[in-house]
Amino acid sequence: MNRDKSKKSNLFFSIIERITPIIAIIGALFIGSIVILLMGEDPIQVYKMMFGLAIGNRDGWGNVLFRATPLIFTGLAVAFAFRCGLFNIGGEGQVYVGAFLAAYIGFTFAKLPAILLIPITIAASALGGALWAALPGFLKAKKGIHEVIITIMMNWIATSLTFYLVLVYKAPPTEEMRLAGVPQMIPHTSEIAEAARLPRIAPLLSKINISFPSHNPLNISFFLAIIVAILVYYILWKTSLGYEIRAVGYNSAAAEYAGISIAKNIILAMMISGALAGLVGTNEVMGYKFRWRQELFLGLGFNGIAVALLGKNHPLGVVLAAILFGTLSYGGALVNIYTAGKIPRELIMVIQAVIVILVVISDEIIKRLILRRKTE
Amino acid sequence: MAQYLIEMKDISKTFPLVKANDKVNFSVKKGEIHALVGENGAGKSTLMSILYGLYQADEGEIFIDGQKTNIYNPNIAIENKIGMVHQHFMLVPPLTVAENVILGMEPRRNYFFIDLKKAASDIKELSEKYGFKIDPWAKIEDVSVGIQQRVEIIKVLYRGAEILILDEPTAVLTPQEVEELFKILKSLKGQGKTIVFITHKLNEVMALSDRVTVMRDGKMVGTKVTSQTNTSEIATLMVGREVLLTTSKAEQTIGKTVLRLEKVNAFNQHKYHVLKDISLTVKEGQILGIAGVEGNGQTELVEVITGLKPISGGKMYLYEKDITGLSPRKLRELHIAHIPEDRRKRGFIADYSVAENLVLGSHYKSPFVKGCFLNPPEIRGYANKLIKDYDIRPAVKENLLKSLSGGNQQKVIVARELEREPNLLIAAQPTRGLDVGSIEFVHKQILKERSKGKAILLISAELDEILSLSDEIAVIYEGKIVEIMVNKNIDRGKLGLLMTGVHK
Repeated sequence: MNRDKSKKSNLFFSIIERITPIIAIIGALFIGSIVILLMGEDPIQVYKMMFGLAIGNRDGWGNVLFRATPLIFTGLAVAFAFRCGLFNIGGEGQVYVGAFLAAYIGFTFAKLPAILLIPITIAASALGGALWAALPGFLKAKKGIHEVIITIMMNWIATSLTFYLVLVYKAPPTEEMRLAGVPQMIPHTSEIAEAARLPRIAPLLSKINISFPSHNPLNISFFLAIIVAILVYYILWKTSLGYEIRAVGYNSAAAEYAGISIAKNIILAMMISGALAGLVGTNEVMGYKFRWRQELFLGLGFNGIAVALLGKNHPLGVVLAAILFGTLSYGGALVNIYTAGKIPRELIMVIQAVIVILVVISDEIIKRLILRRKTE
Repeated sequence: MAQYLIEMKDISKTFPLVKANDKVNFSVKKGEIHALVGENGAGKSTLMSILYGLYQADEGEIFIDGQKTNIYNPNIAIENKIGMVHQHFMLVPPLTVAENVILGMEPRRNYFFIDLKKAASDIKELSEKYGFKIDPWAKIEDVSVGIQQRVEIIKVLYRGAEILILDEPTAVLTPQEVEELFKILKSLKGQGKTIVFITHKLNEVMALSDRVTVMRDGKMVGTKVTSQTNTSEIATLMVGREVLLTTSKAEQTIGKTVLRLEKVNAFNQHKYHVLKDISLTVKEGQILGIAGVEGNGQTELVEVITGLKPISGGKMYLYEKDITGLSPRKLRELHIAHIPEDRRKRGFIADYSVAENLVLGSHYKSPFVKGCFLNPPEIRGYANKLIKDYDIRPAVKENLLKSLSGGNQQKVIVARELEREPNLLIAAQPTRGLDVGSIEFVHKQILKERSKGKAILLISAELDEILSLSDEIAVIYEGKIVEIMVNKNIDRGKLGLLMTGVHK
């Protein structure tokens, strides 16, 4: 009888353990509504407006998914490394480098046909990220230097390096700018070739008679992100490589005992993680602005950490969490405009931050409750 | 004065899945050394944790000096002059001995300043009184494990304890340190202190205690006056049936040399010379037992042979083929199987299922992979077969390994390693922490491999295990093989001396 009871409560806890992100989201919206009340606005109206504008219509959905795309990539990057026991907080730098390499290939090999140039450019963005993550992986594997320290430093190096490179490969001033005698306010590279650009969704949809606003930035990169998420799932859970990577993450001593090379798997996991982050370049560079500009990528790497955390380091969870963050970010921006700035877009950052804190707290509480039941 | 200093009456304590203590009666006389013995999981530590206020009993009463006392936290225990020395030390390494001892009850000067000088002189006094030989100003991180344990004991004495509980105090000590500890405990007894010490080593019981209480499966099975009993009687009480100290094993013809080590040397991460010129051979159909007190190089010896640790000198051969410096994977592919000494650390991946753990190490080979993808039907079929053959319970291949009992976890490891058809089986502490049934199972499996003509290297801290299974015994002491002998009419006393570095 006693056994039955404890089994039941174990089931209860394991369910709760899985849905902590949902609890956290509800809690965060609740705390957000207190903040809105303090601003003297009606939270229900604000939330209605926010979600209505963001996911109540096709244009909104397009924008939400567009904003979710880079977060899927960076979220997957963090989740993948985490499965190998690594905390890759270098997504930011890996995004910069990967996207820059994509832009460079895109405007340098402009003569290649699209059928070649698009895959090469996509590969370049992944390669850039992978290379940037390889060094921390190598240092961790061979020297035991903690990846958090190195990836943070690599972020700063990437910031400076790409900023230098963007000045080297600065786009020539446009005719108007030359006549007016003004320089570029924010340095950016030349545009990538037409053949390197990813198609937008709008023209594709209009071909099959679905009306979709043509200015909507959603592009093929979103589908690439979904495919990559499925790929990550398959790599981690269906291949022997994933088996080894997760084994190292769970218990590296046992993995080593079983003849699994810890060093090889750490380096590989870091490089795959970096490649995933680098793929952000497909959305922002190949599908949206067609050039490299630093502000396009600001914070994407770091938000990926929150997305992975909320998504419980599972590809499906990461996709859903990225879409939620996309919704909040786009809805928040619109609410800011529609209320003429009365509800600042920083509110969204508050809600996002509270979600992260609540996920961590509720995970910890559940863990302790389970532990207590076990030891008592 | 009451007849007993401590009396625990009808103590019961239930954890969600086990009854750890079942109406236990336990009493200690003033001024005696009382050994509390039993197998792992018999409930010794639980009982002492209840006495020290770490757990509360569900039922039962505790009397101290005839007074009924409700010990609901360790502070109450300390007030009642009960002190406990845990198996794992709770010391702050960068602080000095004195600072560690006074931690939590610092003597003050002018209400504000810690009076370290007074603390140090108090500690010095205690140290001299009981023969501790401790420098109060030494830093914990600079002193040996044996000294650290003495600091733990002083900590307890400093808090005014008259009753000392020691939880497996010798598990971490070298033989010399054990001797020193016994001297100290005897001197404490001489000064009127009362000592309860938890152990499962019978020779320590005989050497030190006045009386001994045996527990089994949460129940108290008997208290004996040590001088009126013997090890085999205690062992029988512990296990609940006659224990055969020697397992009968068939004659086995010895074949070719399988493993040969030639002057192997190795250093640990602190640049300490842990293996010194180790030379040994293991032949087909032979069990070579490595006897020695833990921490004399056994762990490193196993790690060296399995490729987990590099060697600094010497050669290793498998069937006369040089295997020096090969990776763990290469060595596994040469059919070296390894039951690791610390199964939680190395033996399995707790968050992987039984099936996933059964293919650990073979996961990259056909038939368990097809191309780069795992092959679930093959893995499932293989797991079902092994679960049946090795009687792994519960027989659910999807269960995470962490949900299994220690005995069944070990069965998973044994199944995995033996199914690889080893030429050489390295079994390190293969029965540590297992219940009797599982111990018998493991021993049978090892003997079965021997009868198949496999070479087996057995490393164990349990002398009985070594003596009952091995054909030859190599004694290791401070990283050296001090003697290799045929296991026939071996004098345990002599073996014990060799293990503690005393030469013939």
